[in-house]
Formats: sequence, C-alpha cells, structure tokens
Amino acid sequence: MQDNLLLDALESLLKDKAAPAVVRAIEGGGSTAALWSALEESGFCDTLVAEAEGGAGLGLADAFPLIEACGRHALPLPLAQTMVARALLTRAGERPPAGAIALASAPANAQGDIAVPYGSVANWVLLAREGALELLDARAAAIASADDHSVDALMTWPARALAQRRFASDADLRAIEAGFLAAQLAGAMRQVFALTLQYANERKQFGRSIGKFQAIQHQLSVMAEHTAAAHMAARMAFASEAQLPQPLACAVAKARASEATAIVAAGAHAIHAAIGITAEYDLQLYTRRLYAWRAAAGSESYWNARIGRALLASGASNAVDFVRQELATT
Amino acid sequence: MLDNLQLAAIPKEEESMRAEYRAFIANEVRDLPPHVRARSWAAFDAEFSRKLAARGWVGLTLPRELGGGGRSAFARFVLSEELLAVGAPVAAHWIADRQSGPLICKYGTEEQKQFYIPRICKAEAFFCIGMSEPGSGSDLASVRTRATPEGSLWRLNGQKIWTTHAHHSHYMIALVRTSGTAEDRNKGLSQFIIDLSLPGVTVRPIVDLAGDAHFCEVFFDNVALDENALIGTEGSGWEQVTAELAYERSGPERIYSSIVLLEPWLQWLKSLPNPSAALLAQAGAIASHLAVLRQMSIAVTARLAAGLSPVVEAALVKDLGTEYEQQLPRLIADTVYADPDTPPPSELVRTLSYITKVAPAFSLRGGTREVLRGMIARGLGLR
Repeated sequence: MQDNLLLDALESLLKDKAAPAVVRAIEGGGSTAALWSALEESGFCDTLVAEAEGGAGLGLADAFPLIEACGRHALPLPLAQTMVARALLTRAGERPPAGAIALASAPANAQGDIAVPYGSVANWVLLAREGALELLDARAAAIASADDHSVDALMTWPARALAQRRFASDADLRAIEAGFLAAQLAGAMRQVFALTLQYANERKQFGRSIGKFQAIQHQLSVMAEHTAAAHMAARMAFASEAQLPQPLACAVAKARASEATAIVAAGAHAIHAAIGITAEYDLQLYTRRLYAWRAAAGSESYWNARIGRALLASGASNAVDFVRQELATT
Repeated sequence: MLDNLQLAAIPKEEESMRAEYRAFIANEVRDLPPHVRARSWAAFDAEFSRKLAARGWVGLTLPRELGGGGRSAFARFVLSEELLAVGAPVAAHWIADRQSGPLICKYGTEEQKQFYIPRICKAEAFFCIGMSEPGSGSDLASVRTRATPEGSLWRLNGQKIWTTHAHHSHYMIALVRTSGTAEDRNKGLSQFIIDLSLPGVTVRPIVDLAGDAHFCEVFFDNVALDENALIGTEGSGWEQVTAELAYERSGPERIYSSIVLLEPWLQWLKSLPNPSAALLAQAGAIASHLAVLRQMSIAVTARLAAGLSPVVEAALVKDLGTEYEQQLPRLIADTVYADPDTPPPSELVRTLSYITKVAPAFSLRGGTREVLRGMIARGLGLR
C-alpha cells in the first residue's frame, strides 16, 4: 500500500501547509516560499523521476492519488506539473533546476501573451515551441495575471530569453499537460461534490435539510455521476506503471473531465445559493479551478476532435473495438 | 460511493475467449442489416439462443454442476459485449441468463436449481420478469397481484404489464403480495416462478410504436401454483428483487442499446471528404464517453465478480449509460441531417429512424431515471 502511505504524507502536508487560508494568501500575491520549500523537501517533486536519476521511480498509477490530491486541496503551486517536468527533463538528459516548474503548450496569442497555468508562482516554465521543449526562466518574462485572484498568468518573454535551454523531446507536452490537469480536475470536482453534499445536509429550509427534497437529491445524484465519470476517465490515463501518459488516454481524460466541470460547478452553486459565491466560503476556491482547468490545454471540443480523428483513422470495425483496443485498461 | 467504482481490468483468461465468441457471432449475424440488428437485446430468436447454448455460452456464470459455465461475471461481460456490439438477437435467453438463473441459484431450493438451471443453460427455458402492474410502475411496492395460500397450493390472481417477451417465455418470476395489503408496502411480498402454460394464465402482446410486439400484459385468473413455485422466502420478495436488480442494471446492455447505429454512421463519416472539426469532435465525444462508461461498467462487474451486490453503483452507471444511449440518436441525427443537399445513405436512415423511436424506453426499462437517482441519493445518505 505504498500509494496510501505516500498519499497520507501528502495529505497531511497539504492540510497543514496549504489550508484554504494559505491558498487565499498566495492567490492574493503572498509568498509561496514556505509552502514550496515544504513540498521540495518532501521529495514529491521527484515522484516520477527514475531511481537512477535520484528520483522515486514511481509510475503513473502510484502518482495519481497525489495529483488528484493537488486538485482536491486547490494547491496553489504546480507540484503535479513539476513532477512531470522533472521526468521529462531527466529523460532528455537535462538536469532539472530547483524550484517550481509550470507547463505551457500553446503559442502566444495576438497580444504576444502565452497562457501559463501557475505562471505567476512558478520559477520556471517548460514550454513546447517549434517542435521542441524549452525551459524558460519565469523571472525573465513580463507577467500579467490571467484572472483576478488566480495564480495563472499571461506571460511574455523577450526574444533574447527564448531558446536558451532548448532540447529535443518526442513527448506530446500538450497531451501530458491535459492529462495531469484532468487528474487535478477529478480531485477538485470531488471536493466540490463533498462540500455540496455536506451543505445540503446542513442547510435547512421549510423545516428540514434541503437534501431531503427530491429536486436537490436528483441534482446531487447527477453531480455524483459526472464526478465519478471524470474520476474514472482520469484514472484511465494514469493506469500504467509508465512515467508519461499516452496522448489518446489523456485526450479522453481531459475531454470527459472538462465536460463534467460545467455540470458539477453549476449544480454546486445552485445548491449552495448565495453563500457559494462569496469570497469567504471555500467553494469558490475549487469551482474557479474547474473553470480554469477546463479551459487550460484545450477544452473538450479540442480533445474530442483529436479522438474523433483517431477513431476515423483507425482500422477498428466499430466504436467498441476502438475504445477496447486504444483506451481500455488492461 | 466514488471509491466503489475502481479501475479494473478484465482478467486475461476471460478476455482470451473474445476472438472465439466474435468469430461465431459474426457468422451468425452476417446477413442481418444494421436496422434489424439494432433491435439486439429486444430481438427474440430462440434458434440463435440454442446455438449459443450448444457452445456452452448460455449460463456462463451459473454453476458447472448444473450445466452452467462456472465462470466469473467478467466472462459474461466479454460475451455480452461481443453480442451487443453487433446487435445479435439475444432476447430469448437474455433474462434467464442475466438474472433469473442467478436468482434461482441464490435463493432456490436444491430441487428448483436442479429443475430450472440445466434447462436455462440449454436455452430450453426462457424467463420473463413480472414486476410492473397497471397501477404499479416506479412504485413497485404497491403491487396488488396476490398469491393466497390454499392448503399446500397458492392461488394467484392479478395482472402484470410491460412484461418483456412473456408471449415467448416459459416462465415468469413475479413479485406478488402474499400477506397484508398494498399499504404494507415492501412487507408481505414474495417471488414466484410461474409456469406460463398453466390454466388461468392469459398473455397478450402489446404492439410498440415501432411495430414490434416485445412486451405483454399477463393476466392471472385463479392460477393454482404448487409449493415449489415460491422462490426464496415468503415475505422476502422485496430484498430478493433488490438483489436481482443489481444484475439487471449492471450489464453492458445499459451502454450499448444504440451502439449498432454507430456502424453505418462511422461508415458515412469515413466517406466524407473533409469532416469539420465540429463533426470530428462529435465523433470523439461519442468514443470518449463510451470508453469511460465501459470502464465504469467493468468496475461494476468487478464488484459482482467479487460477490458483492453493487445496487447503487449499478444505478449510477445505468443512469449515465442510458443517457448516452439516448444522446446517440439525437446527436447523430443532427450531424446526418445538417446538410439537406447531401442526404445520408439509406441503411443509416433506417437504423437512425428505428433507434430514435425506441430510445425513450432505454431509461424506462429496468427502472426510470427518477428511481435510479433516488437510489443514488440513498447511497449518498440523503434519504
């Protein structure tokens, strides 16, 4: 039960050092130093790095509960991204730098900005650009917040800062980024669901808890269904002992989890009513992440189109064969 | 509840049977066009069921010493998947194989097992399920059909309705009242195996909106049942039915009811010179949902295989699965008829028309959405 021991260790670290008050403080621009050094010292950043390279040498299946926990706790630092970035760097023969690494797989927009989840709290950004990966110094970029009270950033690097540490990699960074976000989405969705179920049991109207009303029960049931589906989709991408997930499995995970966000977030806010949209109540910490991570690294339409292309290109005689051959857990 | 749906893989030994199942089934259905195969687990073909039985493929999960395969729930998942994926006409043996056989094995006397199970496995005894009545749909505990003790006999009076393939079945396992009144709700209910050839039983098929007659009304007029007709314990009918529904709701048929439609649709998609990103995304959404639902169905199967009764998990997967089955014809119709200047192929039209008409039934049979969501809510501790 190695993953349980690992998970217990991360859970207690996050409960202790990344409580909602800390999440709010960091989102408000507060220091990340204490939390990051706790994470760095814990060794979790090297979960997916091979043992020969000084890492834990664990596979995706063991890492999944940790990444899910990052989402469930709304951890405002890119621990999951640093895990996979370090694995990618060591595989390419690069020495990973100390510090938090964010991922970016999309080109700059018309304003020259690159959207980087966790960009404002990262030391480094691993960027997919022109067919290779580049490790960029986050301090060299002009940074604008992507949203108020968010650690996600819009970043622009001067030309001289680009192509400093550039290396070849056949990894599909966008798919990997999407797969890891899907696991975080599964965790955040689980927390949104748990908060909503608890609230429905506590809040009383018409003389009884609102969870006793059939209309609320059915909304919660639908939320449970989509949370379960998102979880299963993410688990499927993390089923193996490999360090990097398969792109098509990441596509399914991100597409299904992204689709679920709208249903789960809308249900949570409808059941919570006004209290749910206050800054003080914790629900917003998680639903804001559902919106942001659904958008990051491609929405469901992008990933579904990639799956659709693979489906039409496959030799499978029917759709069941396609999912069984390409996507089933074996 | 989320923790009960774990990632699971089909064991290699069960998976290894797939190719043999597939080759046989493909040969059997090769002359049936998609719009006929689309009837799948609603299509009754006793001869096909007997051919499966001859290969030992009916009653795969039933005990070997009674003529079954003695295999796990995963074996049945693989075979069911192969049958449903191409729309083989499985209705004749389906209910006996899925739930009546397991129910008899779980609650039956030795004599009942010896009498029914070998015949189920030979596809010589077909079963139907007598639950709904004219006044009892979702409110199943309000059934009024009554069996009254009369010496060593039971005297049965009442009526069942929407009973699938009662007109072709040899036996019905019915939930009836044996004591108290409808106000006693789930107390005083029992299950009986009713020989449908007995005097006093009248079966009338009901024609559905597609022109098929698969469900029936069944009347019981002073039917004399011997003591061996009672299955399980008198008064425990409700608990038994609940356990039976875990089998009824957990299978891949709750995902695959519209799946044959994907064949002509994918063929059509592949024929398009330049499918749009939106169309590709539709196709991808259909595949990604299928991949996840299938894995959830395997998770439920893993619980069945472990000897658990995954009532709530099955309800959750069935609700999502039937939503998917119903979305397919809706989404596909929108893509197929988006451009009147490029009309779709005839067989796609026929298959789509059929599935579109019958799709509302997918979330009715085996328990409505509302009933399932109520069960999920109970599983969440809300009621």
